[in-house]
Amino acid sequence: MMKFAFTILILASSVYSIVNGTTNEVSNAALSGCEEAVRLCITLAGSMALWGGIMRVAQKSGITDLIAKLFTPLLKLLFTGIDKNSKAFKAITMNITANLLGLGNAATPLGIAAVKELAGSEGKSGYASDNIIMLVVLNTASIQLLPTTVAVMRLAHGSKTPLDILPAILLSSLISVTAGVTVCKAFSQRQKLRLAYRRA
Amino acid sequence: MPFIICLVLITGLLKKVDVFEEFLIGAEENLRTAIDILPALIALMTCVCMLNASGLLEAVTTLLSPVTSLLGFPSECVPLAVMRPISGSGATAMLESILSENHPDSFIGRVACVLMGSTETTFYTMAVYYGAAGIKKTRHTLPCALTADFTGFLASVLTVRILF
Repeated sequence: MMKFAFTILILASSVYSIVNGTTNEVSNAALSGCEEAVRLCITLAGSMALWGGIMRVAQKSGITDLIAKLFTPLLKLLFTGIDKNSKAFKAITMNITANLLGLGNAATPLGIAAVKELAGSEGKSGYASDNIIMLVVLNTASIQLLPTTVAVMRLAHGSKTPLDILPAILLSSLISVTAGVTVCKAFSQRQKLRLAYRRA
Repeated sequence: MPFIICLVLITGLLKKVDVFEEFLIGAEENLRTAIDILPALIALMTCVCMLNASGLLEAVTTLLSPVTSLLGFPSECVPLAVMRPISGSGATAMLESILSENHPDSFIGRVACVLMGSTETTFYTMAVYYGAAGIKKTRHTLPCALTADFTGFLASVLTVRILF
C-alpha cells in the first residue's frame, strides 16, 4: 500500500509542479523535507525516551497491572463470551492499558498476541470474530491519556500551553471510540439476527 | 505531568524497583523506536513538503472547501484527515507542516492537534494485527474503524469550538 502511496504522492507533486510553474520550490522542498524530518525526529525522540522510561518504571512497579484491573468491568461489557481469567482476556486488557498510557510500541505486540489468542480459542482460522474486530477497532480508534507527541510538537512551535488541548483530545477520542464501538456492536447484532432468521 | 512522574517514581521506590536503571532501559527502548521511525518520517516528510511546495495540496484543499466549510472543518486540516488513517508518519509529517504555517494555539492549529491526538492509523494497524495473525476475512472491521476516524475528525472541530 505504502509503495503506491509514496510513488503517487511524489509523482503527483512533480507533475503538478510543472503545470503550476513551481518546479524550483518542489526541488528545494525535496531537499529541505528530509532535514525537517530529522529535526522533527530529534524533537520527538527526547519525549519518547522520557515517557518510555517512566512507563517502564510504572510497569515494573505494578501500576499498569493495577490500571488493567480497573478496566476489567468495562472490557467485559465490550467483549462477549470471554472468561475474565483467560489468557485472551488478560492480553486484551494489557493491550488496552498500553494504548491508554501512550505506549504504542508495547501495545502492538500485546495486541497481536491478543488477536492470536482470540483466533485460537474462538475457532475458525483466517476469520475475524466479533471480539477480534472489537479489539482492532479499539486499537484504531485510540484513547490516549497523555498525547506526548502532539504536546511536544506544539511546544516546539511556540505554544505557551501545549497541553491545554488535553480535554478536547480526551473528549474527541471518547466520542470517536464510542462511535466505532457502537457501529461494531450494531454489525454483530445484525449478523446474529441474520443467522437466527436463516435458521428459523 | 510532573506529578505523574513523581507518583510513578515514588511507587517504584516503595516497591523496591531500581527506578533509575529501569528508566534507562525503557528510555533506550523508546529511543530505538524513534530511530526506527526516522526513515519513514524522512520519506513522508519529503512527500508532504513536495506536495505543499507544488501547490497541489492547496488546490485540493480549495476544491474541497465548499464541503468542509459546510461542516465547519478547516480546509487546511483536510490533508491531515486524509493522511491520518493511512500512515502514522505521514500524519506526523502533515501535522508538522500545518504547525509551521499556523500557530499551534490558533483554531486551525488546535483542530489539527486534537485530530492527531484522538485518532489512530487505521490501515497500518489493521495490516499489522491481521497480518500477524493470518486473518484474511476482516468483515466489518474497516467500516467500524473508518467510522471512528470520521467521527473523530468531526468531534475534533466540535470540541475545539466548544472548549476554546
